[in-house]
Amino acid sequence: MDKENLNTDANSSPLGKLEGANIVIINYGAGNIKSIQFAFKRLGFEALLTNNPDEIKAADKVIFPGVGEASSAMQKLKESGLDYLIPQLKQPVLGICLGMQLMCKSTEEGNTNGLGIFDVAVKRFSNTVKVPQMGWNTINNLESDLFKDIKDNEFMYLVHSFYAEQCKDAIATTTYDVEYASALKKDNFYGVQFHPEKSGEEGEKILKNFLELNTNN
Amino acid sequence: MLTKRIIPCLDIKNGRTVKGVNFVNLRDAGDPVELAKQYAEKGADELVFLDISATQEKRRTMHDMVLKVAAQVNIPFTVGGGISTIADVDDLLHCGADKVSINSSAVKRPELVNELSNKFGSQCVVVAIDAKQVNGQWKVHLAGGSIPTKLDLFDWAKEVETRGAGEILFTSMNNDGTKNGFANEALATLSKTVNIPIIASGGAGTIQHFTDTFKLGKADAALAASVFHFGEIEIKDLKEELKQEGISVRL
Repeated sequence: MDKENLNTDANSSPLGKLEGANIVIINYGAGNIKSIQFAFKRLGFEALLTNNPDEIKAADKVIFPGVGEASSAMQKLKESGLDYLIPQLKQPVLGICLGMQLMCKSTEEGNTNGLGIFDVAVKRFSNTVKVPQMGWNTINNLESDLFKDIKDNEFMYLVHSFYAEQCKDAIATTTYDVEYASALKKDNFYGVQFHPEKSGEEGEKILKNFLELNTNN
Repeated sequence: MLTKRIIPCLDIKNGRTVKGVNFVNLRDAGDPVELAKQYAEKGADELVFLDISATQEKRRTMHDMVLKVAAQVNIPFTVGGGISTIADVDDLLHCGADKVSINSSAVKRPELVNELSNKFGSQCVVVAIDAKQVNGQWKVHLAGGSIPTKLDLFDWAKEVETRGAGEILFTSMNNDGTKNGFANEALATLSKTVNIPIIASGGAGTIQHFTDTFKLGKADAALAASVFHFGEIEIKDLKEELKQEGISVRL
């Protein structure tokens, strides 16, 4: 084993390649974002919580979280100008839960216009099922590097009353009341309805896959 | 398909687990963090931590525990016990709790449910209801079942749903501690009364009791403590049996 081989090994290790990866979690006052930060810590990465546009622009990877109510979350984004900034980002951006819904065209929750990144409407589950959907459900029809090494029908943890309709940007689907898009992708923008940070080891794998996405794709 | 949830409940006093725990490979059975990690590995779908500390001062230790659990455990967890203000909830969510459970404070001031769901979202507001069947009527009780109120279980459940609760944790005081099964009749009525998820609690003794509460009680989740802590029921065995019975579970 010579020195060159050792170096190659070090470079091919995901952790080696990602060392010092600059991860930002957009902090706009919407819900519990601590768990996402902790999940990255378990993977060995420090993620910065910030609403500073320069820090967000400079990041390698951006997480756009959110729990709570859509219209008030959108209002908070507008107050800080993040509604302009987020759609212009060039690096991989991952919206989680309400974050994903706000990246869509519109949502029935508070009749809110979203950021319009994904050309899809967000609707409320009908009352023929318990609302919110709360618990573990499967993700299917997986179509992205985000789901590298994730099996079809893997369980993820979800808590939500509104859903993105099945559409061309869907990279995963889930069935509850209807079959809907539980993950979306367009260009450098990704969105997941489930909580990878709360979905056990498989969820953590998805976060790690996100960190490994090519910055320029 | 959305699966039925199995939820171990841990009683916490001064930052330590209270009831005895009989796990062979635990280094410290009193350490809630270690126990929580074990349960996550054994296939628990969620966890509930109930703080039974007597004083506000002792409750501060709960914040440290919540921070440690959030840092090390990768499944959702709910924290309950002595929560009565928006500030209490803000603190716990900031420490990384996913949901909070309120009980007497909601009965004393029902507006609290509205305030919490407006500020933090329904998804993190669990209303715990302890009720006892007296002369055929299910009445809400406080302080672990010792103080009766005039509130009817089903009216109260409907009210908290309207006020924005995201989930109801119903404990039958008639069944709690008996190991004779859950209060399935009341649970089924509850499920017809409200359209938010219901967690069944009180009475778990055998695997059959879980099957019954999902099939007959229409529960969305089942919570238990001692049967899990003492290893009387292994979560994996339980879930395999439920699956055999045609109940969808995460395995």
